[in-house]
Amino acid sequence: MAERQSPLEPEFHVGSHGNFEHGVEILLTETRPGSIVQLAAWPGEEKKLMEAIRGVTGLALPDGAGGGLSDGVKSVFGFAPGKFTVTDEAEGLAAALAKAVTPAIGTVTDLSHGRTAIRIAGPKAEWVLSKFFAIDFALPAFPVGAGRSTAHHDVFAQIQRTGADQFDIHVFRSFARSFWKALCHASEEVGYEVQ
Amino acid sequence: MLITCPYCGPRDVIEFTYQGDGNRERPEPASQNFEAWNAYVYDRLNPAGDHNEIWQHSGGCRAHLRVMRNTLTHEISSVAFVRGDHASPARGRAEDKP
Repeated sequence: MAERQSPLEPEFHVGSHGNFEHGVEILLTETRPGSIVQLAAWPGEEKKLMEAIRGVTGLALPDGAGGGLSDGVKSVFGFAPGKFTVTDEAEGLAAALAKAVTPAIGTVTDLSHGRTAIRIAGPKAEWVLSKFFAIDFALPAFPVGAGRSTAHHDVFAQIQRTGADQFDIHVFRSFARSFWKALCHASEEVGYEVQ
Repeated sequence: MLITCPYCGPRDVIEFTYQGDGNRERPEPASQNFEAWNAYVYDRLNPAGDHNEIWQHSGGCRAHLRVMRNTLTHEISSVAFVRGDHASPARGRAEDKP
């Protein structure tokens, strides 16, 4: 496979930035998953699709809107009715899912090159994201593993909570650099580190 | 104004796109009934009160929703998937379940 270049590169400055004299409260990274795949079930086929995802990834999706989970390598979450985003550190997930998801069940769309995954972690992650998105980031309303679809200034974002104070944000690759810059600016006042 | 999407929960109206009056009935595409087409394109109830509307959660799950909105107060009395049962996850929102 060709080596994938990061759209963040010109603005990706490893190190501590902003007001970090009193400690770094935000950690920003690009997770660079090898595979980002979206799956959609035809009406009534949702359960079969969830079963196919379990067969390929070993991840058993919970019932409920926006439900999801992650094992640290592979992640899955619902982002719309009957639609799911699956990521894997390794490449080739779309081909494996295409074998399991027959045309009668639904569709498989490989977005590995179309999305950029940005991870924001730290005690102030909820606080920084609340400046961007008008959704409830509190743990009871947004449990670990769950996904949310929302937008920041018309930049669509799919957010999965992968830890109590950790979120993975999937944005369009073409918007990723400007979104990243905005995220860095928003993190300045609490001090952030890029890794 | 908040619209409670059946999938995503309460979201700001900025995430939604208005798709028009929900009372329109589209004639068959091959129909030559100009009265029916005229009614579909132009006739609106324009009520002062509850109004049956179609909205899309374009900045979220992208589902199309049937919304009952009061045009005087902006109060929203019901929200449902336009496609009905088969578009709704037979599951509903996790945290709403007992």
